[in-house]
Amino acid sequence: MIPLLSSFPLFPVEASQQARQVDTLYIALVIIATFFTAIIFISLAFFAVRYRKGSKASRVLLHPENLKLEITWTAIPLVISAGIFLWSAKLYFDEHVPPANSIEIYVVAKQWMWKIEHPQGNREINELHIPVGIPVKLIMTSQDVIHSFYVPAFRVKQDVLPDRYTTEWFLPTKIGEYHLFCAEYCGTGHASMRGTVYVMDPSDYQQWLAGKTHEVPMATTGEELFQHFACNTCHQENDMGRGPSLYGIYGSTVHLNDGSTVIADQSYIRNSIDDPGGQVVAGYRPIMPTFKQQVSPDQVDQLIEYIKSLRPPEKVAKGMKQ
Amino acid sequence: MNTEQTVDYLNAGYGPKSWLLTTDHKRIAILYLISITFFFFVGGFFALIMRLELLTPQADVVSAHTYNELFSMHGITMIFFFLVPSIPAVLGNFLVPLMIGARDLAFPRLNLLSWYLYIFGGIFTLVAMLTGGIDTGWTFYTPFSSAYSTTNVIPVVTGIFILGFSSILTGLNFIVTIHKMRAPGLTWFRLPLFIWAQYATSVIIVLATPVLAITLALLGVERIFRVGIFDPALGGDPLLFQHLFWFYSHPAVYIMVLPSMGVVSELVTCFSRKRIFGYYFMAGAIMAIAALGFLVWGHHMFVSGQSVYAGMVFSALSYFVAVPSAVKVFNWTATLYKGNISFHTPLLYAFGFIGLFTIGGLTGLFLAALAVDVHVTDTYFVVAHFHYIMVGGAVMGYLGGIHYWWPKITGRMYNEGWAKFSALILFVGFNLTFFPQFILGYLGMPRRYHVYPPEFQVLNVLSTAGATILGVGYLIPFTYLIWSLRKGKQAGPNPWNATGLEWKTPSPPPPHNFDKVPIVTEGAYAYPPILTTEGTHGGS
Repeated sequence: MIPLLSSFPLFPVEASQQARQVDTLYIALVIIATFFTAIIFISLAFFAVRYRKGSKASRVLLHPENLKLEITWTAIPLVISAGIFLWSAKLYFDEHVPPANSIEIYVVAKQWMWKIEHPQGNREINELHIPVGIPVKLIMTSQDVIHSFYVPAFRVKQDVLPDRYTTEWFLPTKIGEYHLFCAEYCGTGHASMRGTVYVMDPSDYQQWLAGKTHEVPMATTGEELFQHFACNTCHQENDMGRGPSLYGIYGSTVHLNDGSTVIADQSYIRNSIDDPGGQVVAGYRPIMPTFKQQVSPDQVDQLIEYIKSLRPPEKVAKGMKQ
Repeated sequence: MNTEQTVDYLNAGYGPKSWLLTTDHKRIAILYLISITFFFFVGGFFALIMRLELLTPQADVVSAHTYNELFSMHGITMIFFFLVPSIPAVLGNFLVPLMIGARDLAFPRLNLLSWYLYIFGGIFTLVAMLTGGIDTGWTFYTPFSSAYSTTNVIPVVTGIFILGFSSILTGLNFIVTIHKMRAPGLTWFRLPLFIWAQYATSVIIVLATPVLAITLALLGVERIFRVGIFDPALGGDPLLFQHLFWFYSHPAVYIMVLPSMGVVSELVTCFSRKRIFGYYFMAGAIMAIAALGFLVWGHHMFVSGQSVYAGMVFSALSYFVAVPSAVKVFNWTATLYKGNISFHTPLLYAFGFIGLFTIGGLTGLFLAALAVDVHVTDTYFVVAHFHYIMVGGAVMGYLGGIHYWWPKITGRMYNEGWAKFSALILFVGFNLTFFPQFILGYLGMPRRYHVYPPEFQVLNVLSTAGATILGVGYLIPFTYLIWSLRKGKQAGPNPWNATGLEWKTPSPPPPHNFDKVPIVTEGAYAYPPILTTEGTHGGS
């Protein structure tokens, strides 16, 4: 029985924190669905036999319409639905809030491969190496059409869009190798846009990171790009340049000249490179040209990593005082 | 031959011209019947090649590109050229005037125009698909369809655009007919539920189809003139396309399944000899589904990158649609209670519908559950779910209706033994094809894959085996129904002893349906009390 079951599994491996939670909800749904299917099927069969033409069962029908019954079987599905909704919405919400201590890894999708770059500069294609027990946040964009980053063992999936960032996070709980699929149809090679996720022991992961020699950290490459595109002529360490200083900006709230505010995340930085006139920082003039045609999606990611590495000067000062 | 044969709509004229220029709603229904049957078998053929390819994990029958074309053509053909028109254009066309005691639809020439638009759009699309191919899926997601696909996107979209007008005109015709042409005494709450379903479907068609037309036109504009609407490289928004597309395509699910619900209500009442349980709730549920169906399109987009809060709103609204669907299933079941049930073929299809729709509907709860949907969306779980609704639901209802009204349409009875046998074969074949796909989907097999990891093979083999049975199952009714045209025994006006105005006129009906305008004095399904041997009786 057990070998038979293992050759016909009903669930994929549970390899993340989310997997267990999603499976629990799924099993609850299976129980509800089976219960209602059974009620309907048994009633159909029972009535079909008992009230078949010619049977002697009494046909005296006291209530040909029954308001109480109608209201009951309207209310019961409503209550059950509300319960499922709240449960699933909670999980869905949590799936969109990555923990603060997540490792951030960049994913660029293109027809038909996954290009992945770790902050340390390690690059891989159609493979993702991550440590077990540490939350991982993927910052993803596409170079062409819509793709979708799907790891069944983690029960997570997120579409990856061109010219926009989407994120996906998971907490791997089990060492192993898992399928990575593209789940959004993306053209001829869609079915071959597959890869493997390697969940490793943290020490093995460190070894893997170090094992690839001559890797330049993303922030360093980003710094070179920052100088190459002469960003540093306007965006200086202090606020003396023609553009705002980018030190400490990542993750902070930025005031724009139209009075609104925005969180300086990856999407903000990307928009500011592609369409600088769209969100101008309060007190500055819209003089920056677009770099959309000159900077590739991978380079934008490297610039983001660099900007992320720029510590706010005040914090450095405070740290020195203490 | 009987020389005293009376004039009916079939022998009222002969020759191609009498058919191609007819304005008789019954003849137009036959034109539709023949054309949608053609498209059904074309679409089924595409599916069979796909299932054959999926028998093994490697690519061995067709190339990746051909496979992508096959699932695109299968979806486009089945949805736009079979499912959407199926019950409304065939059974609705034939029955709406008959069931409300009218001589024809309100606009008979418009009705003929609808068929010409359908057949022109259909052939145009089919030729476009077979000559230049189409590899976008039936969903045409941008920017793939607008900037990357090298296939015949523009011609195919044009064909569907043309077809849309056929739907709109039919919907309009039904709405006006049901409002204005009911027989004296036939108030709204005396209408058979089939008419309610046709009415609700028509409203959806008239409101939603223009949005599809606009969306496809915008897609064409972007592809030809490079105007940035959906493609971010041109400054457009790819999610805008998905919102517009599903604003039509989710209500389209109800365009496909509501008419079947109408059919099933007729079948269950007729063969249990009882008024439908909870008539007002049934009519109300139809209208509620039609209205709520417009508010849930975003549940196709939980992983698309739309806002988390939008996802939650769409999820909550989706559960509201589940409620009237559940009410309908409970009421059909309750109608059987204390009925006098005879098991003719149409009732077997109705049972098939209720069973499969229940499974399809309940698995919809899984997909509306946000966190579960994140895992199973774009996998075979979704494929299984919507086939349970559209094939298990809509096609079972359609075939049940065809069997129920076949004697009315043709004046002949089919072979009951073969008909019951094929209903059983279809039920078994269907479940064998699609049930394994639920498991396959939960295991993580993405849809639209022609090659897959080897651990998914066993379930795929089961599915392909089921599809083979299903394919044969569809050929059996095709054969015995054609056979019955010549050899079937005369049906008489009312072979099922059913209530309803369509049974009060000869089979096949005369060209103008009724010799005398019928006057209605009672509600639908006024079956006489059931007498049992103890002499007790029910009903009221």
